[in-house]
Amino acid sequence: MNEMTTTRDYDWWLLAIVAAICALGVVEIYSATHGSVLAGMHMKQIRWLIVGVVLMFVLSRIDYHVIMDQAPVLYIIGIVALIAVLAVGHTRFGAKRWIPILGEMFQVSELVKLVIIVVLARFFAEVRTDELSLQDLIKAGLLVGVPLVLILKQPDLGTALVLLPMLIVGAFLAGLRWKHAAVIILLGALMLPAGWHFLKPYQKDRVTSFLHPEEDAKGSGYQVLQSKIAVGSGGFWGKGFGKGSQNQLGYIPVRYSDFIMSAWAEEQGFKGVLLALGLYMALLLRLVQNAQRAKDRAGMFLVMGVTAALGFHVLVNVAMVIGAMPVTGIPLPLMSYGGSATLFVFLAIGLVMNVRLRRFVN
Amino acid sequence: MSYWFRNDNRLPQERLAAASYVIVGMITLLLLGFWKLQVIDSDKYGQMAERNRVRSIPIIAPRGRMLDRDGRVLVDNYPSFSVLLLRDDIAAVEKSLPAIADGLGLQLDDLKEQLANSSELPKFQPIVIKPEATPADVAFIESHRADIPLLEMLMVHRRRYLPGGFMAHASGYVGEVSEKQIEDSNGRLRPGDIAGKSGLEREYNDLLVGTDGMRRVIVNSVGKEVGRLSQQEAIPGKQIQLTIDYDLQEVAEEGLGDKKGAVVALNPQTGEVLAFASHPAPDPNDFAVRISKEEWQKLNEDPGKPLLNRVTQAQLAPGSVFKIIMATAMLESKVPPENFTAFCPGYGIFYGQMHRCWVYGKGSHGQVNLHEAIVKSCDVFFYNVGMRMGIDRIAKYAKMLGLGSKTGIDLPSEESGLVPSEDWVERVYHHKWYPGSTISVSIGQGSVMVTPLQVAYVIGGIASGGDFKEPHLMKDAPSVGDKRVELSDDTVEQVTQGMYGVINEPGGTGQSVRLQGIEFCGKSGTAQMMSYAAASRLGLGKGKNDGWFVGFAPRRNPEIVVAAVVEDTSEHGGTASGPLVRDIVKAYYEKKEKKSQGQSTAQAQKPGMQPVAQSARAGEAPKVATKREGPAKVAEVAEKKQQDPE
Repeated sequence: MNEMTTTRDYDWWLLAIVAAICALGVVEIYSATHGSVLAGMHMKQIRWLIVGVVLMFVLSRIDYHVIMDQAPVLYIIGIVALIAVLAVGHTRFGAKRWIPILGEMFQVSELVKLVIIVVLARFFAEVRTDELSLQDLIKAGLLVGVPLVLILKQPDLGTALVLLPMLIVGAFLAGLRWKHAAVIILLGALMLPAGWHFLKPYQKDRVTSFLHPEEDAKGSGYQVLQSKIAVGSGGFWGKGFGKGSQNQLGYIPVRYSDFIMSAWAEEQGFKGVLLALGLYMALLLRLVQNAQRAKDRAGMFLVMGVTAALGFHVLVNVAMVIGAMPVTGIPLPLMSYGGSATLFVFLAIGLVMNVRLRRFVN
Repeated sequence: MSYWFRNDNRLPQERLAAASYVIVGMITLLLLGFWKLQVIDSDKYGQMAERNRVRSIPIIAPRGRMLDRDGRVLVDNYPSFSVLLLRDDIAAVEKSLPAIADGLGLQLDDLKEQLANSSELPKFQPIVIKPEATPADVAFIESHRADIPLLEMLMVHRRRYLPGGFMAHASGYVGEVSEKQIEDSNGRLRPGDIAGKSGLEREYNDLLVGTDGMRRVIVNSVGKEVGRLSQQEAIPGKQIQLTIDYDLQEVAEEGLGDKKGAVVALNPQTGEVLAFASHPAPDPNDFAVRISKEEWQKLNEDPGKPLLNRVTQAQLAPGSVFKIIMATAMLESKVPPENFTAFCPGYGIFYGQMHRCWVYGKGSHGQVNLHEAIVKSCDVFFYNVGMRMGIDRIAKYAKMLGLGSKTGIDLPSEESGLVPSEDWVERVYHHKWYPGSTISVSIGQGSVMVTPLQVAYVIGGIASGGDFKEPHLMKDAPSVGDKRVELSDDTVEQVTQGMYGVINEPGGTGQSVRLQGIEFCGKSGTAQMMSYAAASRLGLGKGKNDGWFVGFAPRRNPEIVVAAVVEDTSEHGGTASGPLVRDIVKAYYEKKEKKSQGQSTAQAQKPGMQPVAQSARAGEAPKVATKREGPAKVAEVAEKKQQDPE
C-alpha cells in the first residue's frame, strides 16, 4: 500500500495551518521569555517542532491498520508505563508525571493519550451495529477508565479529563443512543459532587477560586485574574509585540506555556485572537473533513479521536485563559511550550496524515 | 494482519457534520468571551494592568532642622533604611523566614507573630520587620536578592535629637500620626506618616514637614522595580531657627543635672527664650524610631514624670517669689501706702491664728519697710500687706501681671496656673473665701500656683517697666504678643531695687549668688509642701520644698531673666535654684563680653558645631563632650556663709 502514496497526497493545507499556529507560538514564546532567565526557550521549542515533524512523517508511513492491529499490546504497554511512572517517576511541581528518555523528561500520559486514541478507534471500529449497545458502551468506558484513574493518581486532572471527550466523541460516532447519552449526562451530574471528594486540595482551590474569584485575589484566583487583565488590557489592537506589560513583567502565570494565549491576546489584541482561534477552527474543521473522507470507519475513528483530543485542549485552555473554566493545567496545542505535548500533537497529526494518505488506496 | 476492520466504510456523515457545527460553535463562544474582555471591558482591564505595572512610591520629605540662635544644629535628620517584607508569596515567605530572622538578627518567633498580626492586611502590602537597618542588614539583603527576593528597603529620614534629653521638652518629638490626626488632616496624612507629637515638633509641624515626593516606577510581578516613569522630588520641610542659645541651654541642662525641676531664660525685651530645660527628660531619640508599649507605659508611670514639661506645665506654689507681685500690687494700689512698715517679732497673729515668719525661732526682723521686707523676705510684712489688700485686690494685680493665664509661648499644652479669688473659691468649692487664706497667699503659699515660665515672664515684665513680651522659641515667630501694663516708674524702681538688694545688700537672702561686676537682681522662694505648723506638728522640721529662684540682669532694662525651680528639695530656693540662675546669667555675660571683644562666639563656634555633631555620633551627652567650667568656678561668689537664705 505504501508505494502507492505520494507526497502530493499529504494534507498540505492541514500542514500549513499547523505551521502557522506553531509560528504564532514560537513568536509569542520568544516575546514572553526573551527578556528573562528563560531566554532562548523559543529555540528549544523549534527543536521540538522539528523532532515532531520528523516523527509525524515517520508515523504517517506506517499503515494505521498495522498500528491499530497492535492496539491491545499498545494498551498494555501504556498501562504498565502509567504504573511505572507512579512507582519510579520524577516529581515536578508536586506531581509524578515524568520519566527520563534520552536525557529529556517525558510525560507518559501524553503518550497514553495517543494510545487511547488508537485503542478506542480499534474498539469502535469493531462495533458492527449501527447503534452502540449499552454493553459496548460500558466496555469502552472501562477501557478508558483504567488509564484515567492511573493518570488521576499522578495527579494530572487535566490530562485525565482529555480521555473523556475521546470516549464521548467515539461513542457518539459509533451510534450512541440518545437515551444512553441522557443517562450518562444525568449520572455525570450526580457524580460531580461525589467527585469533589477525590480532588486534591489544590484542585479544590482552583475550582473554588473559579467559582468565587473575588475571595482569593492573590491565590489560585490570582492567576486567572492576571490572565484576564492581560487579555482585557490588550484591547482590540493589542499592545504590540514584546510590549505587553502583564506578559513582560511576569504577571501572567507560565506565560510561555499554559497561559500563552493570554500573552498573545495581550500583545496582539482581539485581532490576534481572531487569527489564532480562526486557525484553530480551520485546523479542527480540516481534521473533521479528513475524517469524513477516511477510507473506512477505523480511519474515521482515529482522526476523530485526534480531533476530540485537540478540540478539548483548545476549549479548556482558552476558556481557562479568559476565566471561563477552572485552571486545569492543559497546554494549548502547538502554541504552548513543551516537549511531550508538542510531540503528542505531531504524532496525532501523523495518525491523521496516515489516514489521509490511504484514503484512495484499496 | 487480521482484517478486523473489514473495509467497513459506513461513515456517520450526519454526526460528523454535527461535530463540525460543535467546533464552529465552540470557537464562536470563545471569541465572544474575548470580545467581552478585550472590547467591552477593555478600559477596566487596561486600568488594572496599569495599576499592576505602575507603583507609586512616596519619597519622604525630610523634616526641617532646628537651629539655635547662632545657627548650630539642635535637631537634625539622618537617613535610615526600614526593612520591608513582601508577603505576596506566603509560601516563599514561610520557607525563607528562618533565614531572614537569622540574617537580620531577629527572633523567629517575633517575626512569625508579626506576620500573623498583619494577616488582615492585603497581601501586596509589605510590612516593616525592622525599622532601622544596620549596614550588615543592608549587605545581607543585597547579597540575597536572588534567593530571598522578599526583602526591600525603604529610605526614610529619621529625627536625630541631641542625646541625653537635651532640650527635649522644647523640641518635643515626632511619631507616627494618630488616627485622629489622619482624620483631621483632610486626606493630607496617611497612616505611617510622621508628625510632631509634642513641643516645637508639634507646634510648628506644618512648617517642619515638607511635601513628600512621588516616584512612579514599573514593577514586575514580584514587586521588583524594573523601570522608572516619573519622579516628583520631595520638598524638604522648612528649617527653623530657634531663639535658644546652645551655650546657655547647656549650662541650664548641666545645672539641673539629676535634679527634678525646670529652668527657663528669657530676653524680656524681645520675649526670646534663651534656655529651656525640664528634668528629668526623656531622650526623644528613643522613640524617634518606634517605642514599645512597655517603654511608653514606663515613661508615663515614672514618678519623676519625665514627660511633664515642667517649664510650662508644672503648676507650683511660688513661695516668696510671689512677694514681688505683692510689692508691685501694693505700690500700684497704694494699699497699704508706700511708707507702710510692719513689726516682725518672728511671727504674726491674723484672724486668731499664728503665722510664722521664716526667722521664727532664730530671731526677728524688727520694724521693716517694703525694701527691707523684699531684701530679707520678711513674711510678717507681707502677711500684713495681704491682709490689708484683701484677696480680690491681690488676684486683680496678679492676673494683670500675667499670672493665672497662659503666657502664649509657642508650645502646645501650656498650663495657666491659678490665682485664687473669692469668685474662684465659690465656684469651685462652693463656700465663702476664708480671710485667713489670704495670709498664706500673700507669701505665695495656699492655692496660688504658677509655672516657671510665668515666673520668668512676669518678673521680666515688671523689671522691664510693665512691658510684657510674649515668650517664643522660634526666632522669626510670625507675631510676638506685646502686653503693656501701666506701672509707675517708682513702682518699677522700688521693686527692682529690692531685688537688687536681695543679692547685693547685707542681710539679703540671695547673697550667695552675687556676681562681680554684674547688676544681678533676684528673689528666692521656698514653697512648703505643708505649712510650718503642720510640718513641725509632724516633727518633720524641714519638709520637702519647691525651691525657686528668679533673677535678671541688669537692674535697668534687663536683657535676661531666668527662673528656676527645683522640686522636692530639702534646701531653700536660694541654695537649690539660685546657682542655676546665676550660672546662666554669668554665661550670658561672658558670651556677650567675648562678642563685644570681636570674637564672635558664633564664629568661634562655627567649627564648634562639631561638639554637637561629634557627641551626637558618640551617643554621649554634649554636656560631657563640651564640658564647661564647673559651677564652682563660675562665679566669683562672695563667700559669705548664709545662715538661712529666707
